[in-house]
Amino acid sequence: MSNVALQNITKRFKQVTALRDVSLTINHGEFFVLLGPTGAGKTTTLRVIAGLEKQDEGSILFDGEPVDALMPAERDIAFVFQQYSLYPNMSVYDNLAFPLRSPLRNMPEADIRQRIHHAAEILHIGHLLERKTAHLSGGEMQRVSIGRAIVREPRIYLMDEPLSNLDAKLRESLRVELQHIQKVQSSTILFVTHDQIEALTMSDRIGVLREGQIVQTGSPSDIYDRPVDTFVAQLVGTPRINLMPARRENGTLHVAESTMHVPAPDTLHAAFMLGIRPEDVKPSPDGEFAGQVALTEPLGVETIVHIRSGAQTLLSIVPGITDLRIGDEVRFNVVRERLHYFDQEGRRIVL
Amino acid sequence: MLKHEAQATPAPASRPSNRRQISDRSLSQLFIWPTLILLIIINIFPLFYSLFLSFTNYSAIANRPPEWIGFTNFDRLLNSNDIWGYFSLTGRYALISVGLQTVIGFGLALLLRKKFRGSGIVTTLILIPMMLSPVVVGLFWKLMFNPAYGIFNYLVGFSNPATAPDWLASPSLALWAIIIVDVWMWSPFVMLLCLSGLSAIPDYLYEAAAIDRASAWFQFRRITLPQVAPLLLIAVLFRTIEAFKAFDLVMGLTGGGPGNATQMISVEIYSQAFLGQFRTGRASALAYIVLVIIIAVSNVYIRTLNKVREG
Repeated sequence: MSNVALQNITKRFKQVTALRDVSLTINHGEFFVLLGPTGAGKTTTLRVIAGLEKQDEGSILFDGEPVDALMPAERDIAFVFQQYSLYPNMSVYDNLAFPLRSPLRNMPEADIRQRIHHAAEILHIGHLLERKTAHLSGGEMQRVSIGRAIVREPRIYLMDEPLSNLDAKLRESLRVELQHIQKVQSSTILFVTHDQIEALTMSDRIGVLREGQIVQTGSPSDIYDRPVDTFVAQLVGTPRINLMPARRENGTLHVAESTMHVPAPDTLHAAFMLGIRPEDVKPSPDGEFAGQVALTEPLGVETIVHIRSGAQTLLSIVPGITDLRIGDEVRFNVVRERLHYFDQEGRRIVL
Repeated sequence: MLKHEAQATPAPASRPSNRRQISDRSLSQLFIWPTLILLIIINIFPLFYSLFLSFTNYSAIANRPPEWIGFTNFDRLLNSNDIWGYFSLTGRYALISVGLQTVIGFGLALLLRKKFRGSGIVTTLILIPMMLSPVVVGLFWKLMFNPAYGIFNYLVGFSNPATAPDWLASPSLALWAIIIVDVWMWSPFVMLLCLSGLSAIPDYLYEAAAIDRASAWFQFRRITLPQVAPLLLIAVLFRTIEAFKAFDLVMGLTGGGPGNATQMISVEIYSQAFLGQFRTGRASALAYIVLVIIIAVSNVYIRTLNKVREG
C-alpha cells in the first residue's frame, strides 16, 4: 500500500476537457471517495491512475515516484470495474487465481489457494468457487470482482462505482463489508461514486469533483457541515439542503417571500443564499415561525415534513412517524448555529 | 380494430359489409398459404418424390415409369470404390478449404477489429468476393489460372509461361486451385461473422486482464477465443455444409476434371442425373446419402456449439 498523488492532471478527449488541473493526495491506508455527478470525470481519474488512459498534463506519483511511464500491469494496482469484468468460461476459483498466476508474480499454487480461500471467506463466496462465472447473480459477480482485487496486495485499490449495479439490500451489505475489509487490511482505496450516502458512510476523506475539477476535499463532516458552495451542499445530504434567497436589513436576516427572520451576523452580505439542513428545521408547538404542512413522507425511522412558509417550502426531518397531517398549521424553529450562507455565485460565506 | 371502427361509424350502405369482417386468423392464413403452397410444390414434394425415386430404377429421359428395385441403388453406390473416392475427395476438400478459411477469416477479423482510417472501405473491399456469383468467379479465375496469359502464375512467381504450372489441367494441382478460389471467395464470410463476435467483447475485459498482468496469449486464449467461438463455429458449420455441396465453383473451373481429379460428390450427382444415361433413380439415392452425411456432420457441430455456449 502506498501514497498516491495526482499533480495537476489534465486530460482532454478531443474537444472535451475531462479533467482540469486535478491535484489530489490519497494517503496510505485511507478510504478516499471521489464523489461527483455523472460526467464529472470520476472514472477518467481512476483510469488515468490505472494507466488505462494517459493524461495530457501533470504527473502521477506512487510514494513520490512518478509512474507516468509505467504500463497498467507495472503500476501494481487493482481495479474493480462498474461492470462485472469476470473472465467468461472460467470458474470463480480460476478468476480469483488469475492475477496471482501471472508469470510476473510466480506464486506457488499452495499460497494462491490459501489467499483465495481467505478472500472467499471475507466476501462470503466460498460456496461459489467451483461455479462458472456465467451462472452467478449480479451481486455474486461483483463480489468475485472485488475478490479478484483483494487476493492481491496492490499499492492501491481503484473502485469504479462497484456497487451501483446492485440492488439496494446488496449494496448496503457490500458497503459494510468493503469498509470492514479496508479497516482490517488497512488498505488504500480510491472509491468512485455518485452516491453521497456511499461517500459519507464509507470514506475517511471525500473529494468532490465537478466538471473535471476538484471542488472540495475533506472529511465527511467537512463536506457535510462546511460545504464550500451550494453545489457541494446540495450534492450531499438527503433530503437535500433547503436553499432560499435571503437579505440582511437592520441586523436582521429576512428570508425572501416568507415571514422567517432571525438576527443576522454583522459581517453578512446584504443579499445572499441561506442554507438550512432539513434536520435543523425543528417543528415545535412553541416554535418561532409559522407554517403549514404541505406534504409528509413517512420513512419509518423518520418522516420528511414539507413545511410551507410564505412562498418557501422547507423540508424538515422529524424522528419516527409524525401525527402532522397535510394542511395542519405548524410552528417550527431553526438551529441558528447551523445556518449556511452562500453568496450570489454560490460560494460559502465564511463569517 | 377494424370491427370497432365499423361499429363506431356505420359503413355506407353501398359498401359490402363482409369485406370488413375478415378475422385476424383468416387474414394471417391469407398470407401464409401462398408461401406454403409454393414450398410444398418446389420443396416438400420433390423431397419425397426423390426419396421414392431413390428406390427405383428410373431415368428421366427414358419413356418408362419408375421401377421399384428396393435398396439396389444404395447397395451399388455404397459398394462402389469410385463413389468412396469422390467422398474422400470431397471430405479432403472441405477440411482443407474450411480450415484455411477459418484461419484466414479470423486473422482478417483480428486485423480489422481496431478501427483505422478507411477501415470501412477496406472491409467492404474484402467482402466483395463473397457477393459475386460462383459461376462468374469460376470463369474469371479460369482466366487468371490460364498458364499462357493468366495473371495468377505471374503473381505467385512463375514469370515464364513455359515452365509455369497449369493449375486446372494438372491432376495434383486442380483440387488446390479450387481450394484457393473457395478460400478467396469465402474467407470474408468467416471474417464477417468473427468481426461481429469480436465487436461484442467489452473493452473492460481486456483492461482487467492488462491490470491483472495477463499475457497477450492469455488474453487471446481466455477472452477473445471463447467469446468468438460460437460465431466461429457457426461460420465453420455453414462453410462445411457448403463445401460438401461444392458444385458451381467446380463446374466453372474444372467440370470435375482433369480425369476425375476434382469430381466432388455433388458433381458426381450431377453427372449421374444429367449426363450420359440420366440415371435419375441412382442420382436420387446418392443425393440422399449426401443428405444423411451432412445432417450427421451438422449435428456434431451443433452439439459442440451448444457445449461451447454453455461454457
